[in-house]
Amino acid sequence: MTEYVHQPRFMTGDEFSIDTFCLLNPEGELYQGASEPALERDHARRLYQAMLATRILDERMMAAQRQGRLSFYMQCTGEEAAVVGAAAALDDADMIMAQYREQGALMYRGFSIDEFMNQLFGNELDYGKGRQMPIHYGSRKLHYMTISSPLATQIPQATGYAYGQKLAGDGHCTLTFFGEGAASEGDFHAALNMASVHQVPVIFFCRNNGYAISTPSTEQFAADGIAPRAFGYHMHVIRVDGNDALAVFEATTQARKIAVEQNQPVLIEAMSYRLAAHSSSDDPSGYRSKDEEEVWRAKDPLLRLQKWLVKKGWWSDEEEASQQETLRREVLDTMKRAEKRSSPPLDSLISDVYADVTPALQRQLDQLKRHIRRYPDAYPKGAKSLDLDVDPANHSQGEV
Amino acid sequence: MPTMNMLQAINNALDIAMAEDEKVICFGEDVGVFGGVFRATSHLQEKYGKARCFNTPLVEQGIIGFANGLAAQGSVPVAEIQFADYIFPAFDQIVNETAKFRYRSGDLFNVGGLTIRTPYGGGIAGGLYHSQSPEAYFTHTPGLKVVVPRNPYQAKGLLLAAIRDPDPVLYLEPKRLYRAAVGDVPEEDYQLPIGEAEVIKEGSDITLVGWGAQMEVIGKAAELAEEQGIACEVIDLRTLLPWDADTVAESVFKTGRLIVSHEAPLTGGFAGEIAATIQERCFLYLESPISRVTGLDTPFPLVLEKEYLPDHLKIFEAIRESVNF
Ligand SMILES: Cc1ncc(C[n+]2csc(CCOP(=O)(O)OP(=O)(O)O)c2C)c(N)n1
Repeated sequence: MTEYVHQPRFMTGDEFSIDTFCLLNPEGELYQGASEPALERDHARRLYQAMLATRILDERMMAAQRQGRLSFYMQCTGEEAAVVGAAAALDDADMIMAQYREQGALMYRGFSIDEFMNQLFGNELDYGKGRQMPIHYGSRKLHYMTISSPLATQIPQATGYAYGQKLAGDGHCTLTFFGEGAASEGDFHAALNMASVHQVPVIFFCRNNGYAISTPSTEQFAADGIAPRAFGYHMHVIRVDGNDALAVFEATTQARKIAVEQNQPVLIEAMSYRLAAHSSSDDPSGYRSKDEEEVWRAKDPLLRLQKWLVKKGWWSDEEEASQQETLRREVLDTMKRAEKRSSPPLDSLISDVYADVTPALQRQLDQLKRHIRRYPDAYPKGAKSLDLDVDPANHSQGEV
Repeated sequence: MPTMNMLQAINNALDIAMAEDEKVICFGEDVGVFGGVFRATSHLQEKYGKARCFNTPLVEQGIIGFANGLAAQGSVPVAEIQFADYIFPAFDQIVNETAKFRYRSGDLFNVGGLTIRTPYGGGIAGGLYHSQSPEAYFTHTPGLKVVVPRNPYQAKGLLLAAIRDPDPVLYLEPKRLYRAAVGDVPEEDYQLPIGEAEVIKEGSDITLVGWGAQMEVIGKAAELAEEQGIACEVIDLRTLLPWDADTVAESVFKTGRLIVSHEAPLTGGFAGEIAATIQERCFLYLESPISRVTGLDTPFPLVLEKEYLPDHLKIFEAIRESVNF
């Protein structure tokens, strides 16, 4: 439907500016002209409680990492509204394919503190059998795909999963989370293109938190964020204030309608900030200022929603204090239990590589077992799982 | 002579290469002001400016595609892939483009200036996606050179050689050694030869071959064997493609026994290539089957990493079996 013109005219993205949807001001009041989303009391409380629980889990586990009890951790701090707000707008049976910083969505779906801990400590109860680093959660029951570290790989998978949902006709969609950094990967572009060509009920949810490890978004892309890319793929798009849980909830609710009713993909870009370090291995003071962080700390997404809830009479300061206390205790108690549990058994080294263990793998494991029987002290975890006695004073060396 | 860890030696090599030749350009995810997640490129942006040391967007295929073009133009790119586990999005650019540029153009064009640096290997509690040893995927690719240092001295000399080599080099850095390996490193510019193995220790009873972080483990196994009166000859391959079969064969003529060790899985691993070649060259001299001590044929685990990894005890047992065959 192009129009022919006879003078050259180069167009740039600057001609299209994408606005940002927000409902709540920092005082927790609706902006003028904003209408409240259809969010009932219990639902709103569930949303907020998941945000609060995520914040507390993150604080405690980061502290545990600093104490050396945990090898690694990643926080969602500052992005709870974006993540939980989106999850709260879905049907609980819609699929979520996350990047790694979205424990809030899993918290909202009801993953228990026990389940979080078992994964974080890679113990015998970890669904992933102690194979992946901490924070690589997954739950089949809660429709939350197990996290994979290679970035952006989940995005085209989400397109495929959602295409299957469309064919199955079950009225469900898939939401995939990713960072603005991961949106640079080829996988992102492939995913959007296939989704729009094949009319797939998938929601691409970009958490634009300003940084990919140390790389600021200004060095990640030259355009106005991720949202404008939707135009090139002829896709619905909305940009939303990622620190405003109500706005994220409303935007995602409407995106879901487009996805499941029209079988159309939607791109959502939530603007927020990664308040914490990238991970427990990172030190952001090497690449950004405390002042910059403070500006965002003042826009804490928890406070904003909390104020709104209190004004509505759906939450109180007393409830806040007692919830915080209860959650902190639960996290600590659960952590102590999870830490003490055994490691996954030695046989888990070779299971799940294939549906059935191959003869070659069995041979390799048998050989390993013979070796561990010879040197039990050198392999305390393997020895324990073979019920061999280990000298606790001699874990690194074996007897020769 | 100053003491450096492996990261400092790599940083020092990059500094020397950039100071000497303004065509040398370093880039990758987070390598700019931050100096890379492991700090291998620290201060290079400060010293040489944003045009010659910079952050790229987060796209490995883009990094290597860009590097290929830049090298074809005559620049000398040193591209960092943040972890070897994340090199696979760039696999097509490396295997089909980097490796075949010279061949397909009849030498009209080449990307010989390109060096790809990437941290690899296990032993850091990294699980599936921060521990892989993908060397065998690349040693199957004619046109590439694959180099692995085992200590800071090598890291500097081999990296300078890689940057100046007329062919593209994949330079695998054993990340477990980044801070753990410390040693004397000359301040001045020097190069170590690509394509030549190094005999670290001479011995008459058995040859032990490895590269990178495995050399430390092999060294410990050799000490254990020594206590039992078994004299091991220890060889660090240093370059995996093209690898120095002559030095290994020479050694096996003398010892009659060979063990090759690597962290990557057994099946299709590079040890298989070495075993086959040495079996061809040294068949009549062998006194026991060539044996391989490697990771299992599984993805890399997390909690059971110690059980998975080929360590000094597993190598020591293989030595005993070989000698008592
Ligand atoms: C393919 C790939 N390349 C590199 C990495 C290493 N890495 C892990 S997280 C990360 C930054 C991701 O940034 P972004 O997508 O913006 O998400 P954020 O961490 O800000 O939530 C990088 C480079 C990886 N995991 N996968």
